Amino acid sequence: MENKFLVSYSPHIHNTSASIQRIMLDVILALLPAVIFSFYLFGIGAVIVTVVSVASAVLWEWLIAKFLMKRKPQIWDLSAALTGLLLAMNVPSNLPIWMILVGTLIAIGVGKMSFGGLGQNIFNPALVGRVFMLISFPVAMTSWPMPLKSRMHYLDAVTGATPLGVIKEGVKNGEKISQLMHNIPSHMQMFLGIMGGSMGEMAALLLILGGIYLLLRHVITWHIPISILTTVFVFGGILWLINPERYPDPVFQLLAGGVMLGSIFMATDYVSSPMSPAGKLIYGVSIGLIIIIIREWGAYPEGVSFAILIMNGFVPLIDKYVKPRVFGTGKSKK
Amino acid sequence: MAEKKNKRLDILLNGIIKENPTFVMILGMCPTLGTTTSAINGLGMGIATLFVLTMSNLVISLIAPYIPSKVRIPSFIVVIAAFVTLVDLTMHAYAPELYKALGIFIPLIVVNCIILARAEAFASKNGVIDSILDGLGVGLGFTLSLTVLGAVREFLGAGTIFGINLHLYHSDGTLVFILAPGGFLVLAYLIALGQKLKKRIYENN
Amino acid sequence: MENKVKSTLVSMTLTLFIITAVSAGLLAVVYQYTKGPIKEADLKKQKLALSQVLPNFDNNPIAEADTIPSDIPGNNFTLVVFPGKKDGKLVGVAIKTFTTKGFNGRFDVMVGFLPDGTIYNSMPLNEHETPGLGDKMDPAKSDFTKQFARKNPATFKLKVKKDGGDVDAITAATISSRAYCDALQRAYNAFKKLDLKKFSNK
Repeated sequence: MENKFLVSYSPHIHNTSASIQRIMLDVILALLPAVIFSFYLFGIGAVIVTVVSVASAVLWEWLIAKFLMKRKPQIWDLSAALTGLLLAMNVPSNLPIWMILVGTLIAIGVGKMSFGGLGQNIFNPALVGRVFMLISFPVAMTSWPMPLKSRMHYLDAVTGATPLGVIKEGVKNGEKISQLMHNIPSHMQMFLGIMGGSMGEMAALLLILGGIYLLLRHVITWHIPISILTTVFVFGGILWLINPERYPDPVFQLLAGGVMLGSIFMATDYVSSPMSPAGKLIYGVSIGLIIIIIREWGAYPEGVSFAILIMNGFVPLIDKYVKPRVFGTGKSKK
Repeated sequence: MAEKKNKRLDILLNGIIKENPTFVMILGMCPTLGTTTSAINGLGMGIATLFVLTMSNLVISLIAPYIPSKVRIPSFIVVIAAFVTLVDLTMHAYAPELYKALGIFIPLIVVNCIILARAEAFASKNGVIDSILDGLGVGLGFTLSLTVLGAVREFLGAGTIFGINLHLYHSDGTLVFILAPGGFLVLAYLIALGQKLKKRIYENN
Repeated sequence: MENKVKSTLVSMTLTLFIITAVSAGLLAVVYQYTKGPIKEADLKKQKLALSQVLPNFDNNPIAEADTIPSDIPGNNFTLVVFPGKKDGKLVGVAIKTFTTKGFNGRFDVMVGFLPDGTIYNSMPLNEHETPGLGDKMDPAKSDFTKQFARKNPATFKLKVKKDGGDVDAITAATISSRAYCDALQRAYNAFKKLDLKKFSNK
């Protein structure tokens, strides 16, 4: 288990001290600024949701490994803790505890352990849990607490719509984007994270800093995040140029919702993303396209988690057809 | 004589446990996933299929020797379709609520592979009584699986079983179980559970 | 169980003919027996809806139903008016109206008006809004439709509060709530144009 990832083709193998635990720890560290900032924004609710989510994810992993799979629990590889943390970043900070417990059980139990544990799962466990909750508890999962408004409240926090929700509903109601933009935070506010939404949708700035840290530590490569962000920007931009009153501008598309969190922290999950650089680009571009398609024409205002899950399903196929050349074999271009 | 009785019991049990159409053979998945949003819908669909299966097995075992083998399949399908239409009309008349809930899946019993499979593999080669028992066995197996699947989905999804509130939830349930993805999930875990139980039974023997 | 008949053109044609003929005959009989109950079951549903949205009536509103055009042209977009009478006197008018603005497209609504234009009651007929969100408009699932009862659209604005009206939207299902209001408003507009005298003592 310990050295499982060393067979993968990504550049991180250069770092021979790489272990699952170190990688997971790096990702958690990279997330921390955004987590702490969301504690500041959402107060006590965010703390409760995060603690419950992380603790229950680890607990489920331990229970399932010990009693159902009858093998040594690997909770110190921190992967369950990271799943719990990512799940917490994807839900409203006023979610009741029992729903979080169900969500982490599905994430760990169905999303990961059913496939045989870490390294075997096809889909990103945190997103499996998140989408399961979104479909199961549509009311609770779409009432987003407003930042800075009710930091000392948990279940009864003041809620409001996300910028994407405002746009989606407005467009469906026949309103114009230029009018709707008055009802949502400015781009600068969104960049800094002052908007309604899940904990991890805040603060694009801090998420980007986390992403840079992961790049420097060779935990992730640039291919997936950059290809997703570029596609969202370009495809969103084309639509915006076609009809700026129907489609929001591309900068908004980048800053709103979970694009940052998804592209940097969720889509780059080793187990469920392609191995070769070319495969990663195909994967990233497809995710970007699906995000915009769901946002503009789908039933839900946000499509990042669906987009990543859909492409997770295609990863084995991408890996099959886009094999990296093994070092020292085949033709090299000179 | 005793041996013969035992054999007949085997035929009946075969369809319920060893060759359970849903959890072992994985047949008829379309109605299985589509109709099991509640225990009562699963039961209704199961009984409708049970009826069609038993009746078509009965008729086909009777007429099979007189049917030229080249028009075997069309003949069987016409017999099955007749019984399905009969069920469809009767249900529309006397159980409109269930009819509405099961919707398109009632006419689609015609193309449920379980029924043609039993007609072709069993009823056309065996006697009348054995064929009826086979139809009952497989039909009961199907009904049982659909009811269990429906009950689990209804319980997890809405906190009720057969419409009786078990107060699992304060207000809404875990909706996904009533929707299609939940159907796949529950089915997968029930198949896994079924395999585990089957293994345990056969290892003990 | 050896096959006793060889596959020749004649035998095959004959077999298929006999089987289809017998099946068709059987079904014809069953159809004759179930025709009545099926019609009744279909009518019963409509009657049930009418009895819920209208005050007590003793006539047969379905027999006296009338279709009127709506603001959208086309045969699929007509409204159906069911007059409810007691002792020959008009007690209310039910209108089967529709909206195309549902989250998942069109659905129908049955709404009953008292002769003065007050909404007696209303219910969705064939909604397929998102489970857990928009489908809460079903009276069995929430009290959403209750807020319209005994309200007169002349004073009660058929718009959700977010749009400056008087209607409490279903949580997280503003679009479905708007659609429901849209259907009611369409019915009320049609009701205002109705000549109610026409329905008395026919």
